[in-house]
Amino acid sequence: MGICLPNPGEAHINGVIVPEEKAYEEAAKQFLMAKVPTIFPGPLVLWAWNEKAAKKATAIRHLYNTLKECVQPGQTPMLIPMPDYRPKYPKINPEVEINPNHPNLTIWHNKIDCCMFVGVHCHQANLALKIIRGGTSCYTVAMCAQAGHEDAMLSFRDASVEKIMKLAEWVRKLKGTVQPRLTSAKSGASN
Amino acid sequence: MADTHSVIGTKNKKGQTFTDTWKMMNDAPRTPSFYTGSEVIKEALRRASCDVMIAYPITPQSEAAALIGELFAEGYIGDYFRGESEFAVMSQCAGAAFGGARVFTTTAGPGTMRAMENFPMWSGARLPIQMIVTCRGINSPLSIQPDTLEIAYLLNTGMLVWHAETAQDFFDWILKGYMVSEEPDVHLPLALCCDGFFVTHTKDVVNLTPADMCLPPYDPYRSPVPCMDMECPPVRMMRDPFVMKSNYISYATHASWQQEVWAAVERSRKHTIKWLNGLIETENTDAEVIIVASGTAVSQGREAIRLLEDEGIRCGLVKVKVLRPWPGEEIREATKNAKHIIVPEFNVTGWLAKEIKATIPNSERVHAGPRVCGGMTMPPEIIVSEIKTLLGIHTVSMASRG
Repeated sequence: MGICLPNPGEAHINGVIVPEEKAYEEAAKQFLMAKVPTIFPGPLVLWAWNEKAAKKATAIRHLYNTLKECVQPGQTPMLIPMPDYRPKYPKINPEVEINPNHPNLTIWHNKIDCCMFVGVHCHQANLALKIIRGGTSCYTVAMCAQAGHEDAMLSFRDASVEKIMKLAEWVRKLKGTVQPRLTSAKSGASN
Repeated sequence: MADTHSVIGTKNKKGQTFTDTWKMMNDAPRTPSFYTGSEVIKEALRRASCDVMIAYPITPQSEAAALIGELFAEGYIGDYFRGESEFAVMSQCAGAAFGGARVFTTTAGPGTMRAMENFPMWSGARLPIQMIVTCRGINSPLSIQPDTLEIAYLLNTGMLVWHAETAQDFFDWILKGYMVSEEPDVHLPLALCCDGFFVTHTKDVVNLTPADMCLPPYDPYRSPVPCMDMECPPVRMMRDPFVMKSNYISYATHASWQQEVWAAVERSRKHTIKWLNGLIETENTDAEVIIVASGTAVSQGREAIRLLEDEGIRCGLVKVKVLRPWPGEEIREATKNAKHIIVPEFNVTGWLAKEIKATIPNSERVHAGPRVCGGMTMPPEIIVSEIKTLLGIHTVSMASRG
């Protein structure tokens, strides 16, 4: 814990600081390789509490649609919200939401092998990312609006509408060039 | 949404200009002023764009707290009041910070101890409150005199802990402290400690930034947790199932939560190094004897080094500015050539020496002392005497001095 986070214009992949451009390519590859690439939008982009949030939400929907267009048969992109941070017991419905305090339920249930957090408050994102890392083998990406996330395997910082759209562009650019992991028995979502 | 940078160059209601903090601290002209440490706290806070200050009077921080009351009367502080006790004060600080305010408080000794339950809560809730700790004795029989034992208790709260040597450190670090603790990847409370009376009640020349410049306001929208929301953690965590349940995921959440707080302490390292120009300061680290100290023990160490130089004995110095995050790597590097590491401290247990011993190779090199406590002063001659004894040089007993 406590790795050095990227400076503006940079990202990190597995804790190694890289130019942001390299991270777009790697994130797009991971999305296109995954059997169930999933976007987890959080409260900061699920409600139109300001104009920027609304625009980000539109960009995230665009990224999701792009993913759906670019994956191959057998791949199932998902968009599962993290609507709030309330602990919910006995458990959440993993088909409709993800809970930062119990994220592995949603990962396991849907066999998600690559996910991206966006619009989640940093503390809650780190909490969930740590548990996902500890309890699943899902590849984690963070599109963070602040300083980035050490607990994601790949993290952007200073997320904006432009950056989300650029990631969508990279997904489209790499369409058909990446071999999906469709033969994997565990789909990367084991515990 | 508030945008901190958009207000730079505009004026607040007192006519101060919100200024880029880096420029204010590094480029703006400084005016030498002759102030007590308490007055310096007031002057720093005048420039800190602080929303709320709450305190309970306890020596030796009372004067600073009272002076900040004057700032409130002048309109520099958003709100200011006295709590019912230190415990109440720290809880009220939490409430203000939960609501998105920049918060400041001061305490000392038994007050720190009384409020202790709040400090891990502040960290866990990611509240970037700044607390000045003017250290004094905490034990019975009652002592109001300087003693740094309370710092030992703060080291494991998840707060950032800095230890100022001088009033100048205090002035600069109060302002810079907000810049570090409010970073979204840090967002933790800061305990900015000094040795009570030695710093708070003595006058020193302090170079102040212009009074018509102030920090940009705190932007709560950069917080890693939502502002006050009774339905969501961190507020709701205090009464909700994942705290109370005995099951794996409850433990996993708590474990992740604590790891995240300590990861944030580590992440502050990058920002602290930038603002404080390193976690430690060093002099003559090629010497065989090195004094490693924090707070005013550094000043006494400097004087001891001067006395030793007069006798032809060369000695190095490491000033530990920051205790959390712990500058382990820096201390290892700075002491790698030392045969003797002397750690003078103003407390009975020698917590700094223990931290250093746990950090460096060949820890038998660490001499945990001299230590004074209960308000005793530490004449540099005591440090000189211990160093000479370690080097096998005959010294006159200090005991006869009474």
